[in-house]
Amino acid sequence: MVNHISNEKVIEVENLTKKFGDFTAVKGISFHVNKGEIFGFLGANGAGKTTAMKMLIGISNPSSGNANVAGFDVHTQSDEVKKSIGYMSQKFSMYDDLTVKENITFFGGIYGLSRKQIKKKTAELIEELQLGDITKSRVGSLPLGWKQKLAFSVSLLHEPKIVFLDEPTGGVDPITRRQFWELIYTEADKGTTIFVTTHYMDEAEYCDRVSIMVDGVIEALDTPKNLKKQFDVDSMNEVFLKLARNIE
Amino acid sequence: MKRFKGFVKKEFYHIFRDKRSLFILFGMPIAQILLFGFAITNEINNVDIAILDYAKDAESEKIIQKIKASKYFNIENQIDNEKAIESEFKNGKIKAVLLFERDFAKKLENQKKATVQVITDATEPNVANTITNYTQSIIQNYQNQKNTTQEQSVSIVMQTRMLYNAELKSVFNFVPGVMTVILMLVSAMMTSISITREKELGTMEVLLVSPLKPFQVIIGKVFPYVFLSIINAVVIVSMGYFIFGMPMRGSLFLLAFESILFIITALSLGILISTVSNSQQTAMMLSLMGLMLPVIILSGFIFPISSMPLPMQIMSNIIPAKWFIIIVKSIMLKGVGISYIIKETLILTLMTLIFIGLSIKNYKTRLE
Repeated sequence: MVNHISNEKVIEVENLTKKFGDFTAVKGISFHVNKGEIFGFLGANGAGKTTAMKMLIGISNPSSGNANVAGFDVHTQSDEVKKSIGYMSQKFSMYDDLTVKENITFFGGIYGLSRKQIKKKTAELIEELQLGDITKSRVGSLPLGWKQKLAFSVSLLHEPKIVFLDEPTGGVDPITRRQFWELIYTEADKGTTIFVTTHYMDEAEYCDRVSIMVDGVIEALDTPKNLKKQFDVDSMNEVFLKLARNIE
Repeated sequence: MKRFKGFVKKEFYHIFRDKRSLFILFGMPIAQILLFGFAITNEINNVDIAILDYAKDAESEKIIQKIKASKYFNIENQIDNEKAIESEFKNGKIKAVLLFERDFAKKLENQKKATVQVITDATEPNVANTITNYTQSIIQNYQNQKNTTQEQSVSIVMQTRMLYNAELKSVFNFVPGVMTVILMLVSAMMTSISITREKELGTMEVLLVSPLKPFQVIIGKVFPYVFLSIINAVVIVSMGYFIFGMPMRGSLFLLAFESILFIITALSLGILISTVSNSQQTAMMLSLMGLMLPVIILSGFIFPISSMPLPMQIMSNIIPAKWFIIIVKSIMLKGVGISYIIKETLILTLMTLIFIGLSIKNYKTRLE
């Protein structure tokens, strides 16, 4: 599973801090992510993981600290960062009232793909996801699992170096989740770095490395195997619970 | 530019695939203008009136006959003293009383001048207004006929008294008013809703993560509504002109310029609303309560500003619609040039800049 990872660091975070008035949501976190890695970014609700991720994707400015994404500084080069990353949010991130094809064309368009590239990509997607006839139906009429796969593919249209997935599999059954992770593996094998937040601890097991955030601080960061050894438990779920309990 | 085109295309898909927004965009302006238009310019027919004829001479009789002959009025009864006027009105049987002064014919003969008084029940101001206009034209007509047949011209002075509601709106109030309301509705409400919808659905985040700059996203979202608002303005002005006979005395070019300015004012308000609301519901409520009601109540569209209590009059100054209504009326009815409405134009420009400034500030605060 680990053979797709290279030593090149594509995300480097140092002392990244975010303050909202008196409240510090992210308290000087530091970590790095390697190229081709599937990096799980875990934490309870309100632990600060969404805030941290927003700084990495350039839609929120850090209060202090540095973050380098795809070789660009998120603070000063956020335009470059945005061109090199893909993003799929926890809320389903396509337009329900547009057809599959129109969505692909639109998102391809805003990432500056040419008409020819969009055509080629659309054909590839139809082939890969076996979309067939549904390209002309509105996205709103598709089952959630389909939408999520589609949204993931759309976030990869411009062939980003890193793709950020914010709770990508919320609300679907385990089988569909498993299928979704197949897609993630395929993409990681191509050398794309995957940065994923999730609530599901079984998904944490699929990641190459996992960080767990508690109260704005990264409390643990290692491979799922090592983490389980470190906390002397059998599943990531227990790791998570143990960590949360210790803090309290 | 290509990105922008794609963006605008997508925005049009949203608009044309949503029956509700389509209705608001195109059904509403036409429905409103027809409603207001016909409610206000409604022709009157067989309105019951009473006659109080102190003169009872040949001249007054001729005028009464003329009025009787018109299809507009129906002489319900003849009364013989002024006290009866009040009770007639209170019964609600009649809408107007025509009062001929004593020695009407004699005065007309000797002084070349006599008076007819028209007293109307102005609880329904539009009806009262129309009655006055119609009576006036009948009497005017009679006077002209008379003057062509004799050497010395006479004049019949018509005095009007509107009971119960001293100040009457102009018939031409509604075209500028409806135009203002519609442009406000389409531009401010629709844009604020469409922007918050993206926020609600989570697609706004996706757009902000994309290489598009925030201002590109906003302009892309707003542009279709500028376009549709201009179409609406054209439809409303043409309907006012062709169907309701609204005069167009000023420069069409100036009107277009001012309308676009007001559309931009409304759009920047819509953007401002979208920066403070996180759901479509909030945006809709804010637009309705914060924009539509003030536009309808405080802009002078329905209620004359001059008869409002002072605090309301002062408040009306911060309503952009008030200034736009003044501008439209000045251009269409008075035919003035830019120099006469420079103050109003500057106020709208200043307001637009303030709204845009506040939006940017709000947006930045969220980003920090």
